[in-house]
Amino acid sequence: MNGVHDMGGMQDMGPIQEEKNEPVFHHSWEGRLFAITRSMSAWRKWNLDALRYQRELIPPEQYLRMSYYEKWYQGLQDLMVKAGLVSREEMESGKPAAGSPKQTPALTADKVPPLVAQGTPASRDIPVPPRFRAGQRVRARNINPVGHTRLPRYARGKIGTVERDHGIFVFPDSNALFLGEKPQHVYSVRFLARELWGDQAKPQDTVYIAMWDDYLEPA
Amino acid sequence: MRSTRRDFLATAASAAGAAAAGDLPVSAKEHERGHDHPHQAVPSDMALRVKSLESLLVEKGLVDRAALDALIDTYEHKIGPRNGAHVVARAWVDPAYKQRLLTDANEAIAELGFGGQQGEHMLVVENTPQVHNMVVCTLCSCYPWPVLGLPPVWYKSAPYRSRSVIDPRGVLREFGLDLPEDVEVRVWDSTAELRYLVLPERPAGTEGLTEDGLAALVTRDAMIGVAKVLPRRRGDGA
Repeated sequence: MNGVHDMGGMQDMGPIQEEKNEPVFHHSWEGRLFAITRSMSAWRKWNLDALRYQRELIPPEQYLRMSYYEKWYQGLQDLMVKAGLVSREEMESGKPAAGSPKQTPALTADKVPPLVAQGTPASRDIPVPPRFRAGQRVRARNINPVGHTRLPRYARGKIGTVERDHGIFVFPDSNALFLGEKPQHVYSVRFLARELWGDQAKPQDTVYIAMWDDYLEPA
Repeated sequence: MRSTRRDFLATAASAAGAAAAGDLPVSAKEHERGHDHPHQAVPSDMALRVKSLESLLVEKGLVDRAALDALIDTYEHKIGPRNGAHVVARAWVDPAYKQRLLTDANEAIAELGFGGQQGEHMLVVENTPQVHNMVVCTLCSCYPWPVLGLPPVWYKSAPYRSRSVIDPRGVLREFGLDLPEDVEVRVWDSTAELRYLVLPERPAGTEGLTEDGLAALVTRDAMIGVAKVLPRRRGDGA
């Protein structure tokens, strides 16, 4: 989706504001929400791509105005309701619906250290042949899907060089919509900054973008 | 600021549909805090909404409070940029380790006991006198948690996400880093599940330092690639 989340190359967003000695969480609710989001993902009713996509669906004027964890709140709420884990009525009342069964949490405290230590790899150990090889010239496809994609707008139609094949990974465009993992190779593709931005860029500067097979065509 | 906050509250309240919390007034204290943190436009009712959400989910048996506490403790106290600093310092003193780090970052980082969530697929990129690497996620906030912890607000903000790819040298100047004209700036956009750690240059004049002494010099910003490592530690912990 060509949404405001796809920010690469915009120029009117103001100065970068670095905060000295920044805390991990600025308010305790941010930490609680971070942990709730991690815990709810353990129900496996959605995946990370779906979670990212849900946040991208926040209307643009709100997306730009919300703080980071406000977007997390909105995305989590929408996904929980969609997945049927909570209802809108429960969100509004703050109380479980009458007669709803009490479940056992998917993520208990004893499971936190292994979850943190092992993570949730997006690589897949299945044989899929690569469509491109290191050193090959490629063009990022000019696609404009209305769903989720990790092909940024600023790279579409641009020519680069495959630098390295990182192996086989879940494809976010299909995974975010629960249409299957469609595993395929991911490459680091090197783009000259001038290819992306024209003569205002320095001739030697580059941008490396991770690209799935489905984002590329031979050039 | 005043009208922005009011507009925001109105929009957020209707969007979230949290009728119970939406009408709460902004306290004077919260208002003042808003002025102290202009980039953190936090409505006063978020604390109440999240509290309400947590108690709902606990009552339904969907989350475990002890698990929430453990997750928060992990990222507030156990996992942060000191992990990455140890990786960098080891690479500076041990050429064989550095080679492993650049060819198979996951394995090399795991040797020091780090890895896992949001660092499942690591790539380490080396700064040299000719090449300066910096990392961004233009699409959201991807960041190597096991070695750097959770990202700072500026990394997740629109100004950094938007401008890093089109004007990296301007962004670096905002961080106080003015690179020579002939250096190649490489920007890594974290569009996939690969997570990047910049291996900064070891500063001159640090030959006598121990590995721990070196690690103490390595800043988070240097490992994102928006700063260099200085031979002496500056005052702040950034």
